[in-house]
Amino acid sequence: MRSSWTTRWRVPPEHESRPVVTGAAPALEVDHVSVHFGGVAALSDVTLRAEAGVVTGLIGPNGAGKTTLFNVITGLQHPDRGSVHLGGTDVTHRRTHVRARLGLARTFQRLELFSTLSAADNVRVGLEASGRAVASTAVGLLERVGVGDEASVPVSSLPTGSARLVELARALSTDPRVLLLDEPCSGLDERETDALSRLLTSLAAEGRAVVLVEHDTNLVLRVSGTVHVLDFGQVIATGTPDEIRRDPAVQKAYLGHAPERGGAGAGGGHPST
Amino acid sequence: MSVFLSFTVLGIVSGAVYGILATGLVVTYNTTGVFNFAQGAVGMVAAFSYWQLWQDWHWPFLLAIAFVVFVEAPLLAIAVEFVLMRRIHGATVERSLMVTLGLLVILLGIATIFWSSPEVIRSVPAYFTAADGTVASVHLFGANGVTIQDQQLMIVVVAAVVAVLLGVFLRRLRLGVAMRAVVDDPELVAMAGAKPYRLSQMGWALGFMLAALAGVLIAPLVGQTGLTSTQLTLLALNGFAAAVVGRLRNLPMTFVGALALGLITQYCVGYLPGHINPGLASVLTEVVPVLFLFVALLVIPAARLAPAGRLAARPSPKVVTARQSVAGAVLLVAGFVVLAAMVGATALATLSQGLAFGIVGLSLVLLVGYAGQVSLCQLTFMGIGAFTMGKTLGGDSWWGLLLAVVVSGAVGALVALPALRLRGLYLALATFAFGEVMYSAFFGNSSVISDGTSIGVGRLRLPFMHTVSDRAELIEVAVAAALCAVLVGLVRRSTLGRRLVAMSDSPAAFATVGLSSVRTKMVVFTLSAAMAGLGGVFYAGQQGGIGANDVQVFASLTLLLFVAIWGIRTVTGALLGGLTAAALPVLQTHLPTSLADLTGLVAGIGIVLLARHPDGILGMEWLTSRVRLPFGGEEADAGAVVLDHEVARAA
Repeated sequence: MRSSWTTRWRVPPEHESRPVVTGAAPALEVDHVSVHFGGVAALSDVTLRAEAGVVTGLIGPNGAGKTTLFNVITGLQHPDRGSVHLGGTDVTHRRTHVRARLGLARTFQRLELFSTLSAADNVRVGLEASGRAVASTAVGLLERVGVGDEASVPVSSLPTGSARLVELARALSTDPRVLLLDEPCSGLDERETDALSRLLTSLAAEGRAVVLVEHDTNLVLRVSGTVHVLDFGQVIATGTPDEIRRDPAVQKAYLGHAPERGGAGAGGGHPST
Repeated sequence: MSVFLSFTVLGIVSGAVYGILATGLVVTYNTTGVFNFAQGAVGMVAAFSYWQLWQDWHWPFLLAIAFVVFVEAPLLAIAVEFVLMRRIHGATVERSLMVTLGLLVILLGIATIFWSSPEVIRSVPAYFTAADGTVASVHLFGANGVTIQDQQLMIVVVAAVVAVLLGVFLRRLRLGVAMRAVVDDPELVAMAGAKPYRLSQMGWALGFMLAALAGVLIAPLVGQTGLTSTQLTLLALNGFAAAVVGRLRNLPMTFVGALALGLITQYCVGYLPGHINPGLASVLTEVVPVLFLFVALLVIPAARLAPAGRLAARPSPKVVTARQSVAGAVLLVAGFVVLAAMVGATALATLSQGLAFGIVGLSLVLLVGYAGQVSLCQLTFMGIGAFTMGKTLGGDSWWGLLLAVVVSGAVGALVALPALRLRGLYLALATFAFGEVMYSAFFGNSSVISDGTSIGVGRLRLPFMHTVSDRAELIEVAVAAALCAVLVGLVRRSTLGRRLVAMSDSPAAFATVGLSSVRTKMVVFTLSAAMAGLGGVFYAGQQGGIGANDVQVFASLTLLLFVAIWGIRTVTGALLGGLTAAALPVLQTHLPTSLADLTGLVAGIGIVLLARHPDGILGMEWLTSRVRLPFGGEEADAGAVVLDHEVARAA
């Protein structure tokens, strides 16, 4: 916490070029992270990694610890144990804004927009923060996520779905290498969800590591290269979407029991909140 | 040894009173989510009521106590809950702070109306008197022991009983548990069959009763000088300090904090060189609690930067366009040039002061309105600016003006430095503490400014004038205010302005886009303090000097309140707020003294408005749909103007 004054100088202010070196450290590594709230273990010994160029899915029932994990990764929550590395750099004790400058961005499950600013100004704050105000316009980013028409609208008057997309545009404004998305699809209709899933794939194709938390399990299994399943604060399964579909532990966590017929699409019926 | 013991006794006794006051604060905070800044003021009103009933109206003394604590305090609480607090459930910290500050000003106003005539000394006799008329006491620990007054023992016993009863009530009883649940989610509690408003009323009533109890207990200890409203109200500072030690949650730790504070204060009085100089002792009793609060705020970890998860439904962005800013500035100067030619001496002085306050108000727009950082010591910065001006090159030079801006800005940065870790409520408390320390240790210190006098400050010298007349002074201030107004608009349209608003809206998101709130807070504090210092130059220039009375913390609160009542996110609101703060005391002199305390009355009406309309009078819909403000503030959407270009470019 207190080290920010000294560490700031070692943080690269910009990351214009994005070297994708094979064999380099993963974009994001979470090692043996535990978080307790009082007597409740929100996360216990969670280890996962997210590679550049891939969508990493993170699924699990309500209260499994997904958002807490995002808070740990972004530095809004201190882990009791464990570490977080970004591109090989240990950021466990770095402050949130320092991590952001190292190429980390996120959206929030419960919206965290700059509610008195317009949609474009929300994005512009991020653009200016990373010195990219000239390189790409706020409206351009809003158009990319599909809310270009709402640029001048105060975000407090946007419907939830559009507001989420504005948050996504703001997250993209810093040109992140690691992008954490906390339920970006809730509040979107089917067409918008399809558009978003294409966007996620293209964001990953640009070389970003995209970590996706989503209640829509089918979507996660469709777009992700790797999926981690969290339950009661523990990673109970890791694998490709196909492996996850077949995993009995996952089916049990989602349905309360192992299903009698084929597990494909298990959990798809989970309502989003 | 006996010295040590007697200071220990005094420390425990005052600690017990602070503890009762502070637990009231903590109970209200945990059951309603509102930190009652007026806690001390409630105790003050209770102490005066107690005096009124017992000493003036000759009620039996037990009946007087019972009435004050068990009838008056809860009734007052229920009225306050109904009129004010019910409207602000779940509101931002700034807004709920503003409403309780308003309550404080109202209660001070009530005290001014009923209990301020100087010819009466309102002192309350001791609870227990011996047969010979002296205060009853017992002697403990042998010949070298200590004498304890019976009433001191009683205070400690009462505090202990309160602590135990409260603990049982909140932990074990259904009602207590339900009360604690209301603050988290009133709707959920309602679904569970309880009445959230009833429970929130209980929270207020309990808090007020404890404050009243503290006030009644401390009344006889004040001594022969009698009760004074500001002194009793400032007792709240001790309560705040104790509550912070308990992190606003933990009742036992709150009591520990209160005892520690009582003991430390008394030992300082007893063992620092002050015991030879009675003046220093009273300064110490004022300063030590404030320093204690300051240290507690810095040492006790504040709430973490957790996502708040609220999308406050606030009205659309109100950005002043450059054209509006300049037009408003021209209008302002022109209007005051005309006014200056028309009005008499009193009005000239009032308008000058009002505009100088307006400049301070503009500094609050930056800090509170945009950045959401509450400062309760803005007049302290104003005083520092004025003081610097007065001490530089004859007190009327442009160099003095420059230095005043630089010095007050630098002090602002210094204040911000420890306050950077603090947010919302804690920050407000820290600035309150700073303002109070500066008042009692600097401006009120007779070795800096001798008692009752002021440091001479001249009016800013103009090149073609030998002396600056009242008229020229008013025009000077108007130009300065207009320039500041343009500057505030400029800031709002800049990158910095967007950052200030963004930081206020969501600190968590602000950090996740890579922005350091530490740096942004530092910048806005410095800028705001510098602007307040500039206001001070003109304020002091108008009246020829700056004294301790100009920089009282309560005056800072009142100014903040008036700006908030007009609209703290608008330039016009700042100027009107400043003019209101200057005009009311002048208007007051035209009213019979018995009639009313105008400031308290207007603040009272204003605060009821503010509880309903967070953006103040200028943000009310019926007004914004009919009137165009100079300096903008309503429909104006500069963002949209700029965006049109951007949309065109992107298309």
